[in-house]
This record gives sequence, C-alpha cells and structure tokens, in this order.
Amino acid sequence: MTELKSKILDILKEDARREPALIATMLGKEEAEIQQAIAEMEREKVIVKYVPVLNWNKSDDEKVTALIEVQITPERGRGFDAIAERIYLYPEVKTVYLMSGSYDLQVEIEGRTLREIADFVSTKLSTIESVLSTKTHFILKKYKQDGIILEDHQDDHRMLISP
Amino acid sequence: MTEPTPSSMQRYLTDTVREIPPSGIRKFFDLVSASKDIISLGVGEPDFITPWHVREASIYGLEQGKTTYTPNSGLPELREEIAAYMHKSFHVRYEPSNEVMVTIGGSEAIDLALRALISPGDEVLVPEPSYISYSPIATLSGGKAVGIETFAKDQFKLQADQLKQHITPRSKVLILCYPSNPTGGTMTYDDWLPIAKLVEENDLIVISDEIYAELTYSSKHVSFASMPGMRDRTILVSGFSKSFAMTGWRLGYACGHADLISAMLKIHQYTVMCAPVMGQIAAIEALRNGMDEKDRMVESYNQRRRLVVKGFREIGLDCHEPQGAFYAFPSIQSTGLSSEEFAQRLLQEGRVAVVPGHAFGNGGEGFVRCSYATSVAHLNEALDRIGNFVNKFVKTPI
Ligand SMILES: Cc1ncc(COP(=O)(O)O)c(C=O)c1O
Repeated sequence: MTELKSKILDILKEDARREPALIATMLGKEEAEIQQAIAEMEREKVIVKYVPVLNWNKSDDEKVTALIEVQITPERGRGFDAIAERIYLYPEVKTVYLMSGSYDLQVEIEGRTLREIADFVSTKLSTIESVLSTKTHFILKKYKQDGIILEDHQDDHRMLISP
Repeated sequence: MTEPTPSSMQRYLTDTVREIPPSGIRKFFDLVSASKDIISLGVGEPDFITPWHVREASIYGLEQGKTTYTPNSGLPELREEIAAYMHKSFHVRYEPSNEVMVTIGGSEAIDLALRALISPGDEVLVPEPSYISYSPIATLSGGKAVGIETFAKDQFKLQADQLKQHITPRSKVLILCYPSNPTGGTMTYDDWLPIAKLVEENDLIVISDEIYAELTYSSKHVSFASMPGMRDRTILVSGFSKSFAMTGWRLGYACGHADLISAMLKIHQYTVMCAPVMGQIAAIEALRNGMDEKDRMVESYNQRRRLVVKGFREIGLDCHEPQGAFYAFPSIQSTGLSSEEFAQRLLQEGRVAVVPGHAFGNGGEGFVRCSYATSVAHLNEALDRIGNFVNKFVKTPI
C-alpha cells in the first residue's frame, strides 16, 4: 500500500465521515487524488464498509455477546476455509478468526438472550460434522474495541490559555 | 508603571519585580476562564496525553521505590540518553558527564542560563514576537532585554541586518527560539549562516531554546549549536514538554560547554537540587522507546497545520505558512482591529479564544496566535466561528 493510502486510512479510522476535501487539505494533496485513492481501496475491498462504533453498554438494546473457541478438523483440499464459511454465513455470527494455538476458530456471536446463544451453539455450531469441540465465553463488558476506548475517560484537562 | 505611593505591602517588593508588567497571556487567561462554551486555540501545549508506556515506566519506578533525590545534573542514564539523542538527531556531541544537565522544564534552563551569564546592564537580544518568558527573566537577572523585530514577509525568520542594528557594546546574549512560539517560524542552515557570523564577530553567547525541535514540517530542524563554530558559544535548551507531550512532568535540559553548564549547575544545586526523579525516569523511557509515537504526533500536527492555514486564508486572513511548532500566526490587520480588540471580541462574539499577538512583544501587534493542538472537529468549528466573526469586518472576495 502506498504511504498516501495508509495516511488516508489513519485519518478515516479516526472519523470515517471525513470528506475527501478535508482529507486532501490535511495531507496537502488534491481532492481528486484522495477520491481516487479511496475509490481504489473501496474497489479492492481494503475499505469494506463505513460503520459506526457503538457502545452497547449505553444503549437500551439488550444484547449478549459470546466468544466461542472452536476446534475443528480441517477439510481435505479446502483447509479451514470451507468450515469457516459455513459458520460465518450465520447472521448472528459477528466475527470469525482463524487462530494459532490451542483452538482453531474464534467465533463471536451476538444474541438477545443467553438462551439464544446457547441454542445456537448446541443446535447449529456443534452439529457441524467437522467441529470437534466448543468452549463458550460470555463477554461481560467491552472496554476497548478496534483501538477505540469505549468509555470516555480522557477529558481535556488543559488550561484554556497557556504560554 | 510604578505607583507613586505603592499600596501597603507592595512597598516591600523590589523595584525590578514591581516593574515587570503583568503577562498579556495571564490577563487574557482570566477573561477566557470566565467564559462558557468556547473553543480555545490559546493552548500552548500538546493535546496528546503522555504516551502510556512513558507513564507506565514512571509508575513502575514509583512501585520500585524510586522516590529519592538524583544527582544534581540528573540521572546518569538520562544524561547519556540525551547526549546520544542530541548527536543522532541534531548532530551535536555533548559529554554526558559534564555538558548535559537535567532541569525543571526548559523554563528552568532558560532562567539558569540567563542568571549565569548576565551582569547588571548587560543586554539580551530577543527576536520578537517571542515566547513571553525571555524578557522578564532577562530583567530579573539584572539585564536589559532588547527586542529585535521579525516580520511575516520573512516568515518571521531572524534577519542578520536587523540583528546587527541592535548589537551594542553591551550586547552579551542572544536568545533564539526556532521553531518559534508564537510564530511557527523556523531557520534553515542557510538562514543561520549570517547569524552565526554576527555572533562570532560580536562575541555573543547564544541561548538557543529548541524545545520545538521535533515539530518541524518541511525540513528537519537545524540546531544552532550544530553550526560551524557555534557549539561552545551556545547553551542549547530543550525539554520533553512538546516533543513527547510531557508538559506536566516539568522536565527539560540544557547542553553546552562544561564551563557554562557547571556554572548553571551551581545555581541549580542551591535552588532546586535536582529535577523530580519520576519525570526523569519517564524521560528515559521517552527517549529510548518513544520515537514512533512522537512521529505519529508530529504527523497529526502537520495535518492540522495544513487545515488551519488553508482555513485562515479562505477566511481572508493573511497567514504565513508556519514550518514548526503547533502555532499559526495569522494577520488580523484586514479587520482594522488591534490584536487585543480582535481577541476580546472574538471571544465574546465568536466564542473562540486566541492569544493577541501583542502579548509577544514587538511585531506581534496585528497578529493572533492560534494553537492547532486541538481536535480536527474543534478546529473546523473554530474556523467557522472565526469566519463569521471576521465577515463583519471584511468582505472576502467570492
Ligand atoms: C518556546 C518555549 N520555550 C520554553 C517553554 C517551556 O517549556 P517547559 O515546559 O519545558 O518548561 C515553552 C512552553 O510553552 C515554550 O513555548
């Protein structure tokens, strides 16, 4: 990736709503150049989507999230990808990572209740034939996500005027 | 002005202290503090918090019971790190054992240097607009500050002919501050050459306040001490406040010829003994492992610098392009207001705080200092508000 693109990504990671014109000013470039770079990254799926980062702790929506460690036997010829796909296509699955270490896939799922998640694990996930075992951990509180601290604890303590 | 009959307790004060005018910034501070819902571009410190690894190192030091005095000149490891850093980044070599001392902020280093160098009546040359401490400290040291005006048309670089005009047989010290607070001006190798020549010819000693050395945006900082023949004539003052976002730690340093540093150390040992050990531990960590974080902060300032300069120009305020520090210094002459009126009315009518240029001495009138060390969202909002305010006075060409 070019240096320009990685700087654009840094700026968008702070606030994805920033317009190309503003980014162009901040980087001392032409707007057209920024638009083109962003368009390229969108086409290449470097930038997949622009979504808000939500702090569910503060919303009224009741939600339960669990991280599930999944051990599987990879399929001949297609490795882990085919099973990963079978899992990630479920809409309640939020993230799926292939892991090194003592288990293979880390699956994050979200449901309205504990029961919903238990059902998902027992009826859908564990029944996939290559799944050997699952271990479910419920998330109690999210502090930081994708580099963003969710609880706003860093106020500006500076004096309003200083030399 | 001295009162003819000073009020009761004031008569105990020395004339020197009584006659030092109140800081223009201080006055404005009181006004701003009384206001609500304002965006402040008046903040002279980074908007970053000290990086966590640096804070953590200091916390660990506390846990280990590192709560004692250190040697007067600072922890040996820190002096070694400073010397290595000065050599690597700015190509000046200092011997850590006797040419480097750790101080309570760059502020203390400036005070020590002036106290060590100035005898009554000596003149201290100060390019202006300038950081607000130099002249008062020169006065407190018994010297006389002599302002040398610098101009927007020269990007506020110090011009040799201007300097020359102000040199007298009493001139002893030249204080340099580049990158500059408040103008953002910088000096290149070629800009320094004629200045160094004058320094040599007139046997001046230089206090070079390079606290913003890391914050440059078009070419790397050239230390005055790295100019041919200037190392021994220069007391280089710097610190951790700006480059590593460590203002509250109060940690700085001075480097220079052993004779000068040991004289400063003499004052330091009797007045403060040593800089706080917690800050010294943090500073070691900053120099050892803080460079990547520092580079990220500089990139972020640079992005915001471009944003405000363009913003001011679009509003119709002339703004020279600052090449260092985190200040823009736009001209407000097109509004017909004095810098004080501008700042005061902008605060009341536009709810944005800036510092009137007038507070920074000669050549500051007609300008305001705007710190861009604040969030992009705040900068955009502040620019909108300033634009609306300025529109009352000037019609920008569409
Ligand atoms: C030019 C200049 N020198 C020195 C200082 C003082 O810095 P320190 O925090 O190291 O005392 C400042 C702080 O604003 C400054 O702008």
